[in-house]
Amino acid sequence: MALPTGEKDYTKTAIKPEFIQVSDVVWDISPACKQGMRVPARIIATKKLIDSMDLHVYDQITNVATLPGIQKYAFCMPDGHSGYGFPIGGVAAFDANKGGVISPGGIGFDINCGMRLVLTSLSHEEVKPHLHSLVDMLFRRVPAGVGSRGFVKLPQEVFRDEVTLQGAHWAVRNGYGWKEDLDRTELNGRADWADSSVISPKAVERGFNQIGTLGSGNHYLEIQVVKPENIFNEKLARKWGLFPNQIVVMFHCGSRGFGHQVATDYLLLFLSVMESKYGIKILDRELACAPFYSPEGQAYYKAMGCAVNMSFANRQVILHRVRESFSEIFGKSPEDLGLHMVYDVSHNRGTFEKHEVDGEVKELIVHRKGATGSYYPGREEIPAFYREDGSPVIIGGSMETGSYLLVGGPKAKDTFCSTAHGSGRTMSRTKAKKLVRGQELLRELRDKGIYIKSVSYAGAAEEAGFAYKNIDDVVEAASLAGISLPVAKLVPLGNVKG
Amino acid sequence: MSYRFLEETAIADVAFEADGGTLPELFESAAQALAATMVTDIDQIKRRITKPITLTSKTIEMLLFSFLQELIFYKDAEVLLFNGFHFDIIEQKEESWYLRAEAYGEEINPEIHELLADVKGVSLHDFVVEKAANAWRASVILDV
Repeated sequence: MALPTGEKDYTKTAIKPEFIQVSDVVWDISPACKQGMRVPARIIATKKLIDSMDLHVYDQITNVATLPGIQKYAFCMPDGHSGYGFPIGGVAAFDANKGGVISPGGIGFDINCGMRLVLTSLSHEEVKPHLHSLVDMLFRRVPAGVGSRGFVKLPQEVFRDEVTLQGAHWAVRNGYGWKEDLDRTELNGRADWADSSVISPKAVERGFNQIGTLGSGNHYLEIQVVKPENIFNEKLARKWGLFPNQIVVMFHCGSRGFGHQVATDYLLLFLSVMESKYGIKILDRELACAPFYSPEGQAYYKAMGCAVNMSFANRQVILHRVRESFSEIFGKSPEDLGLHMVYDVSHNRGTFEKHEVDGEVKELIVHRKGATGSYYPGREEIPAFYREDGSPVIIGGSMETGSYLLVGGPKAKDTFCSTAHGSGRTMSRTKAKKLVRGQELLRELRDKGIYIKSVSYAGAAEEAGFAYKNIDDVVEAASLAGISLPVAKLVPLGNVKG
Repeated sequence: MSYRFLEETAIADVAFEADGGTLPELFESAAQALAATMVTDIDQIKRRITKPITLTSKTIEMLLFSFLQELIFYKDAEVLLFNGFHFDIIEQKEESWYLRAEAYGEEINPEIHELLADVKGVSLHDFVVEKAANAWRASVILDV
């Protein structure tokens, strides 16, 4: 039976705001545009990108600008697209000491979802004959898709009392990785503010059997090649362990059902106290928030830390499986195959950081939702090995177009050390899979030399390259803005997805 | 009783509208849309396992939200999908809404169920339950 009303056309209900063009890649929306805005909204994008963003992005980012304690600007990164509450690509920093808020919807539901990049000492030529068997093995070893369970079997108590408190350290201690991996992970692989007494049993039940799983949607594990023409900063590429025609491994996943349950639990709690207890009025339920230094705000911050740790443990165990798979296929130890990490970055997290605001150093809770931490040289957040360079930044593209390794640029100072996180969708999943059949897409990609192993053909169709912005455009905007600068582009050869 | 997926609403996720002449019909339609987001053919889900669901919420919207969240919880915690329901109660008493139901389904088996996207949660963004002339209708966005 057809529904009596037509589908809402959201592009018509949102209005394009008036932009104040600050530079080629910086566009502001004045606080006069919407009642309650405390600061301007600032979009980092080229003209081409800003013209192609869906209009809800602008409505959502100006809503973010109304939240208590927000500093300087409500930012939207070049890959911005509409989300819930915050747009994806939204960045906002709140003054923790002056009533600034923390908001689950501003951090994202897949808490600490992120990217990990791993080197190999193998060349494209060496991997070519083994590519299919390698991808097939990774597909078996790293479960993906609906209902997948990891190979790590542990009681719920161990998950709650160890994994959610220790993150990647738990994994390394249990033999899933090397100590050096921790030095190549944001926060050293552990959110030290986590407290498992504030997470629900439901969250634990959803997450304890998902360690070492990719999930589905846009999560993937990819074998990529560093083509010589795609190295943009030779000095850093060499220092960080990259070389021409090298094979590298990149994967994208998060805290799975656990993180989602934590975020939902606290979204509901915040909705129940926000207005009655703290007098905060918001323009969208998904912006539910509470003062950072309130009992509810602190509880969520600690619970969020647990989810950060789950995702670090998850990616650490997946790395272990990647090392095992390479070792089996190539008959050498992971050490001999040079399977060292470059870095692990999150693009969905709220992090307590110090930043200078109008000449004053403030303690801020920086929300990055679909935005990557991009720290300029010298910041204390950067591991010692990279500190003088700037932090490594990993931006993942669609399975057709490739991904980028970048470095935090000097102008990241102006965006609370934040940059883009991916290509940004431009077309809904429902529409993408109407336009292309998964099997056809996989055949086409195979002809182009990209071998994909997916749990679901339809799921693969949803991730078709045409459903995304061009990642080169996103990186160009971030680079022109000086917030992150490209080191190398990494092109896919094999891809495992849910 | 029906549901349909919307192409233009949620770019990163999956949006649907569901309707039903009664509240149980609406809840069943929405649950079927949820299942259809995860498997190609929901008729492949057999009714082998029964799970009781009891919920209390302040509004009818939050009752449907919690009901769908409950099904997602079982998908992760016990790897179950559902395609069949019996509702004993969906009613408002004083200040609250109550639901008592049974959900019927089975464990996910990739050999049998052709899998699609993994739904991680229900978004409150543009989440609406409303009573039209002779039917209940809901707009839902699923986070995948």
